Amino acid sequence: MRHLLSAADLGRDQAVQVLDVAEQMAATQQREIKKLPTLRGRTVVNLFFEDSTRTRISFEAAAKRLSADVINFTARGSSVSKGESLKDTALTLEAMGADAVVVRHHAPGAPHRLATAGWTRGSVVNAGDGTHEHPTQALLDAFTLRRHLVGGTVPGAATGADLAGQRVVIAGDVLHSRVARSNVLLLHTLGAHVVLVAPPTLLPVGVEAWPCATSYDLDAVLEGAFGEPDAVMMLRVQRERQNAAFFPSAREYSRRYGLDVRRLGMLPRHTIVMHPGPMNRGLEISAAAADSARSTIVEQVSNGVAVRMAVLYLLLSGRKDPATGPVVTGGRTGGADGATRKDRRR
Amino acid sequence: MTGTHDTSTGTGVRTGRGTTPGDGGSTRPVLVRGVRPLGGDATDLLLADGIVAETGRGMTADGALVVDADGLVALPGLVDLHTHLREPGREDAETVESGSRAAALGGFTAVHAMANTDPVADTAGVVEQVWRMGRRTGLVDVRPVGAVTVGLRGEQLAELGAMADSAAAVRVFSDDGLCVSDAVLMRRALEYVKAFDGVVAQHSQEPRLTEAAQMHEGELSAVLGLRGWPAAAEEAIIARDVLIAGHVDSHLHVCHVSTAGSVEIIRWAKSRGVRVTAEVTPHHLLLTHEEVASFDPVFKVNPPLRTPEDVAAVREALADGTIDVVATDHAPHPAEDKDCEWDAAAAGTTGLETALSVVQQVMVETGLLDWAGVAERMSVRPAGIGRVAGHGRPIAAGEPANLVLVDPAARWRVDPGALATWGCNTAFQGSTLPGRVVATFLRGRPTVLDGELAEDAVGADTARSW
Ligand SMILES: [Zn+2]
Repeated sequence: MRHLLSAADLGRDQAVQVLDVAEQMAATQQREIKKLPTLRGRTVVNLFFEDSTRTRISFEAAAKRLSADVINFTARGSSVSKGESLKDTALTLEAMGADAVVVRHHAPGAPHRLATAGWTRGSVVNAGDGTHEHPTQALLDAFTLRRHLVGGTVPGAATGADLAGQRVVIAGDVLHSRVARSNVLLLHTLGAHVVLVAPPTLLPVGVEAWPCATSYDLDAVLEGAFGEPDAVMMLRVQRERQNAAFFPSAREYSRRYGLDVRRLGMLPRHTIVMHPGPMNRGLEISAAAADSARSTIVEQVSNGVAVRMAVLYLLLSGRKDPATGPVVTGGRTGGADGATRKDRRR
Repeated sequence: MTGTHDTSTGTGVRTGRGTTPGDGGSTRPVLVRGVRPLGGDATDLLLADGIVAETGRGMTADGALVVDADGLVALPGLVDLHTHLREPGREDAETVESGSRAAALGGFTAVHAMANTDPVADTAGVVEQVWRMGRRTGLVDVRPVGAVTVGLRGEQLAELGAMADSAAAVRVFSDDGLCVSDAVLMRRALEYVKAFDGVVAQHSQEPRLTEAAQMHEGELSAVLGLRGWPAAAEEAIIARDVLIAGHVDSHLHVCHVSTAGSVEIIRWAKSRGVRVTAEVTPHHLLLTHEEVASFDPVFKVNPPLRTPEDVAAVREALADGTIDVVATDHAPHPAEDKDCEWDAAAAGTTGLETALSVVQQVMVETGLLDWAGVAERMSVRPAGIGRVAGHGRPIAAGEPANLVLVDPAARWRVDPGALATWGCNTAFQGSTLPGRVVATFLRGRPTVLDGELAEDAVGADTARSW
């Protein structure tokens, strides 16, 4: 694995491996001394073109706990607004010797561009690109799902397992959600059954081709129309979407698609409640649901650090010396596709 | 072997001007030997005094430049209805001269320069300026397109009559780049241009349905998370416009048709007798939205690349005449406008130097068109739609000597750096395409010889009066 640009870059075994390494990383985080020497001397750049303190801090903590040098680079704007361009920023980072670039950008495909345009030699990790993907979020969600649903919440108990047969409901603004895109791809790879629930306006045209089911009716899905749900993941919905007529009002949205107290009561005993954050309490999720014992929302945050440690470790230690440590090979985007692109360019 | 040699001096390919510079009427004669007009039987063509003076076999001509055209196909010089030359205003992207070079090398003898320049070509002054720059360059006839509305703002009609009456004699009007989305303005424009036999060329894009749109809306846009540009946004405008054009009995030209649904609407409109013509670009004939998965902005064009089914439909429509012409939508951009993330990139691909090759690949080599069909769609019909006199004529004695000689057996790899256009954005980069333009003649004067710009060709046409 050279880059992590899309959840589709990971095959089943690779994905399981990331989760397994993440379990090992999580175990080290229970120790008194959390810091590992693994990436000493390597430089990880957090390149954020978009504000996301949560994600940046998570990556920063992950890199630091692996002893990497961390540079936080917050760039405003893009070539659209005549700020510094993605290309020039990448060339600067290259000159600084970045081994990995963790990039958050408002434009779909910006990490892909960074990885394939020849501007940097470092590994590129997509930390969220517009409405495209957010693969480390999907990995941490899969990690959380596996621990709860397969491992009986015992750390490490699910090592080696995937999510075969698990039913995951993802409800909310799928159209604008990179989390939904990455989760559908990764959870499907891991053998889970995903059902997307949203008003038709918030499902993309073309969603029929995704490896999941879709529904407009949250109640029916929670009642088991696609089988008993094992997890319900609520996606953030921005109130401003009502101004673009995606739904008539926040109140109507909440009534039809929110995880309120009534719907919380419909869930089977074992079903967990997830949210990638940040939440709009009272809109897509009620306080009762967010704060319930089923909620893994806080846990997701700490799992995020472990998963990102695993990703950085696999990307960077694998590159340095393929003979030692776990090496993930292949990776659709970084491999064949990257070669094709190079071939096409001057 | 094809090539040119000089019978009078024996100095190879050196191409002297006939007599006095710029006196197109007495340009040195050219004898084209053994060429196949429209892919038919081989013949010789003697080009003299700006016309095809004589045809036949075994001709000789004292003092003529001889072009061995064994194996080459002769077509009437290509006419492009849709070219962005960028001058005035964006001379960093292209100029009338650089675009003219690209056009000549692509086999064109006339191009229509789109109006979305800076300042916009919405007055007689600007269109005459562009027209004069074209004449000064003298490689192709540059026919300015006039804007439909002032500043392309879609609010108020530009002075269409003044542009029509100007030295540029504008006949094609378009706000291309933007859609004339106001139905009343579109109706008035269609009505008004009837007074001078004009045509309104519409960039069919419903603006509200395509706000911030990045690619064809469908399965792939759903996966890539790029804002969708639905086929319906093109089709809705075309449907509206053909109804209006029918109602006021005027000539509507539909720019860059990209969807199967648009084809159906145009087919229906033509069957009802509506005066509608349509164009398709080489890139919409060859490429699909699958290219966007690379996130490489060279594939960002507007309208966007569509599905394989759409590509099949526009090819079939071009073959059966529902789509009348191929037009390049040549849209050069400087490197920095493409060397960025997809959303930030400018839309468009260059096309003048690749158009004929792409058409050969997708239409001729697939058996959908013969060379006569190519001539019809890249020269005869576009000249008719643009009201361009002297172009798109038969290859016969007495006709204007606007010709292109193409070697259909050649294969070449598209290297953006080797093209004459200043735009470095070609969606065909790295592709190997068939067919190569060997020579282009504008009123009997070679603008391209041996696949290169003819020596002294630039400016040679300056003093011609027409
Ligand atoms: Zn256009």
